[in-house]
Amino acid sequence: MTVKIGVLYSRIRADEKLLLSELRERGHEVVKIDVRDLALAVDEAPEILADLDIVVDRCLATSRSVYVTQFLSAYGVPVVNGPETATVCADKVRTSLALDGAGVPTPATNVAFTTDSALAAIESFGYPCVLKPVVGSWGRLMAKIDSRSAAEAILEHKSTLGHYEHKVFYVQEFVEKPGRDLRVVAVDGEPIAGMVRSSDHWITNAAAGAETTALEIDDEIADLVAAASDAVGGGLLGVDLMETDDGYTVHEVNHTVEFKALNGSVDVDVPAAVVDWLEAKAAAEAAGEDGETTDGTELEVTH
Amino acid sequence: MTTCPECGADVTLHDDLEAGEIVDCTTCGVELEVIETAPPVLDRAPELEEDWGE
Repeated sequence: MTVKIGVLYSRIRADEKLLLSELRERGHEVVKIDVRDLALAVDEAPEILADLDIVVDRCLATSRSVYVTQFLSAYGVPVVNGPETATVCADKVRTSLALDGAGVPTPATNVAFTTDSALAAIESFGYPCVLKPVVGSWGRLMAKIDSRSAAEAILEHKSTLGHYEHKVFYVQEFVEKPGRDLRVVAVDGEPIAGMVRSSDHWITNAAAGAETTALEIDDEIADLVAAASDAVGGGLLGVDLMETDDGYTVHEVNHTVEFKALNGSVDVDVPAAVVDWLEAKAAAEAAGEDGETTDGTELEVTH
Repeated sequence: MTTCPECGADVTLHDDLEAGEIVDCTTCGVELEVIETAPPVLDRAPELEEDWGE
């Protein structure tokens, strides 16, 4: 079955090119939707969304991803990942609460709203510890704090220069990982493939230059990935894990996951596996699962 | 081949160009966004924003 699939984007990265190429090779009708062109009414869907079997959210900007998926859901247009998943994954505080609430091991975290309480939280962890923005990516604006003087300086900078979200101080224990972390890309909790990201730097994001190699996904990792996926609402996700003396800990779940580095590190055809999953989701929607309408001519706001 | 809107140098483009894609001008180094593909139209790419990324 071929589907009419919308691709939400504001920048076409190598990941989106891989996805578009795979979708077109299989004969699917692809509607590229640049979110910068949209004006979304609360009571009526834009014409470009009519008759789409499914929409995949590939927005680079987190804010756009969170809001546009909420509109699509309200219009009754099937979208992956859904707004619930986007809302949880876009915010590190929500992610931490979801993971911990589901019993998924995650680094110890404190959130504070003033520099004084943040400093107290930092001192409670001891040095080093980590200060992260609640919204952020690619390892940007993350600070490994080695001393009280560094903590005071960073907190003053964030308080003075930061966006209001930088006044939500997200303080986390420093995990002594062995120079690497693990990234597993999964669809509704089922791993497609994983990679090890290694770096001499404490930040081991592929976007920050880490070397990547294939990861053998054992049962423990697979179980944690499934649990983490369930905790945040499921979908196409990148689950990041670190190794500790007590086993794995999940420190992040990404909802508009980049997979070009993974695709280059493993034998699995990652975009093909993603499209397999998108086809299955579209088929499920067509079969009427979840009670969603797939008829763009009868869009109805549900909340 | 098209022209960099920033410095006027020629920019060589690959065949599978996609609207919304970012290409670099090898002369001035600026990031350019592909606005149209046939014929190619380039404009200076938007800056990365605080909440951009996976």
